[in-house]
Amino acid sequence: MAFELPALPYDKGALAPYLSAEALDYHHGKHHQAHVDTLNALVEGTEYDRQSLEDIIQSTSGKLFHQAAQAWNHTFFWHCLSPQGGGEPHGDVGQAIVTEYGTFAAFKEAFNGIALDHLGVGWIWLVKRGDGGVEIVASHDADTPIAHGQTPLLVVDLWEHAYYIDYRHARGKYLEAIWQLINWDFVNQNVS
Amino acid sequence: MPHTLPDLPYAYDALEPHIDAMTMEIHHSRHHQTYVNNLNAALEGTGLEETPVDELLASLDKVPADKRQAVINNGGGHSNHTMFWEMMSPQGGGQPKGQVAAAIDEQLGGFDDFKDAFKKAALGRFGSGWAWLSVTPEKKLVVENSLNQDSPISNGNTPVLGLDVWEHAYYLKFQNKRPDYIEAFFNVINWDEVERRYQAATA
Repeated sequence: MAFELPALPYDKGALAPYLSAEALDYHHGKHHQAHVDTLNALVEGTEYDRQSLEDIIQSTSGKLFHQAAQAWNHTFFWHCLSPQGGGEPHGDVGQAIVTEYGTFAAFKEAFNGIALDHLGVGWIWLVKRGDGGVEIVASHDADTPIAHGQTPLLVVDLWEHAYYIDYRHARGKYLEAIWQLINWDFVNQNVS
Repeated sequence: MPHTLPDLPYAYDALEPHIDAMTMEIHHSRHHQTYVNNLNAALEGTGLEETPVDELLASLDKVPADKRQAVINNGGGHSNHTMFWEMMSPQGGGQPKGQVAAAIDEQLGGFDDFKDAFKKAALGRFGSGWAWLSVTPEKKLVVENSLNQDSPISNGNTPVLGLDVWEHAYYLKFQNKRPDYIEAFFNVINWDEVERRYQAATA
């Protein structure tokens, strides 16, 4: 059974002015679609074509891993954003962030700092640790916490294609825009 | 004197329509400038502030361990981009010439095979990096690619042609279509400069 590109959980123009419809058109309609298409071509006729994305991610490396992980990461990323998002985290995640970082502002500063220092492309995550605490982790290229037994709560795409149409080289401006969109309800759901 | 951003050897719009002016301007004045700034910041107080960047990349063990990754990233970024600008010309494109053309014929199966191999190297670099035509210490041509801003110089090879395949190099004009960007690059390759570098590397 072939993998399918999941629809965005909102209209592609719904995140403007922070992320434009044009940017989402490329990001979802071209990049994410290409990962799904390439993945389907790679798994066709192999032992992987009846496996879940998560299983493929946990048992492969190289090209197949890249495509499966990118397909999974993008779907997770779309759900981390919402036209009704932004503001400060509430619930379990809000509490865990304050416990770990003192304040939401301090957390944001730490998250932005790691994201700005991250060379090349990849993703920046908030993950749940085994002891119940939370931690910021940056991953290179397609790498994903679910390949390492970690529980992702939140992700932001740090590939240049995620922000080049709207923000050019200015990753910092993109991050500021993303904070206006974070779907903290979804992030909280991922805790349990 | 600390490292500085070199001027482009042509105007921002000189490579149109193959490489667009907006991309060239942001790529040179923002991305390359940032590598220069970060390299100078990393070298401050090390005594290596004035060492030529290619010398640093060739002997990374001379860089203090806590600055090494910053030099790989930002020194590589500075060196790679400086070379990249010189690799392109409004009068570029066409076929290689001189000794490098002969070497491509003898060692890489001719221009078409070389172009295929180079495209493969450029497309096969998942994420961000560079595709290269390099000369090995044995003076042989090799097509290779590298991750992020890693330079062939750090592995003992001498690059004679380089193509930036970071998304910032092509996104404004080509978006997700890296193959189209690679084709466009072949229309502006400065083969005179490739020949000059090849002769220097094999002398």
